[in-house]
Amino acid sequence: MLLIYCPYCEEERNELEFRNGGDAHIARPTNIADITDEEFEEYFFIRQNPKGLIYERWRHVHGCGKFFNAARDTVSDRFYLSYKAGEPKPDPATFLNNGNESALNKDKGASK
Amino acid sequence: MSDLMQATRRGVLDGMHGGSAVARLTPAAPASRISLRAPAASVEALSGALAVALPVKPKTSASANGRHALWIGPDEWLIIDESGADLVAEAGKSGALHSAADVSHRNTAVIVSGPKADVAINAGCPQDLSLAIFPVGACSRTLVGKAEVVLYRTAADTFRVEVWRSFAAYVFGLIAEGAEDAAL
Ligand SMILES: [Zn+2]
Repeated sequence: MLLIYCPYCEEERNELEFRNGGDAHIARPTNIADITDEEFEEYFFIRQNPKGLIYERWRHVHGCGKFFNAARDTVSDRFYLSYKAGEPKPDPATFLNNGNESALNKDKGASK
Repeated sequence: MSDLMQATRRGVLDGMHGGSAVARLTPAAPASRISLRAPAASVEALSGALAVALPVKPKTSASANGRHALWIGPDEWLIIDESGADLVAEAGKSGALHSAADVSHRNTAVIVSGPKADVAINAGCPQDLSLAIFPVGACSRTLVGKAEVVLYRTAADTFRVEVWRSFAAYVFGLIAEGAEDAAL
């Protein structure tokens, strides 16, 4: 069972309490009424669906109710870290391949 | 002339009982409740108006004079008052920005008590209910089976399980099954 760290509840909770919210850090165009259909399609529908690292929105829907963001590996399902909505996208170099597993104490449940 | 008919309100869990020697289930008495939403700047004024300090730490609660304030999220609390007070009116006297929705009749509650009350609830709930992680006074919105609940530990061996009225029979039944399994 996957455990996910909620940055608002400040602890790991069972995946059953959460709901995925799609890709994170997608900025809504400020001129949304002026853009073309193609530009809207690009903004609204087109996603990369990467194999590996992805930044996603998650909602602790059956807990505190808040949206937050998380970096996850789409192959292993490992959660690298979670952070509050509105915070900048973390640099992958700070949590990938640094050989320092203990620095990732917030994702220890991801391998379960 | 027809006789006058009078409708009598009946609680959804009235008369229900269940459990085992290690975990007993009883319906909680009616209570008034509000779902309170407010920004951090309003917490002090609302705490004064409601005469209970709204907790700001995750999973914690505060109680005063039969009134309980449960942290649900960073800007959300569930207030339960066992004396039937008008909580919406009291919160309104704070003069601070907030939203208070009366959910007294939306929710009901099951009291689960006994040495294995935690085991009975864990039959359908994924949270760690050990005393170190979920101490007396801890509270959390979570799931029991398919239904959303708010758990509130009122004593080492007692939980109040707040549940939406329409899910109450389901949650009561599921925890009662867990209580029987806990006794095996
Ligand atoms: Zn949360």
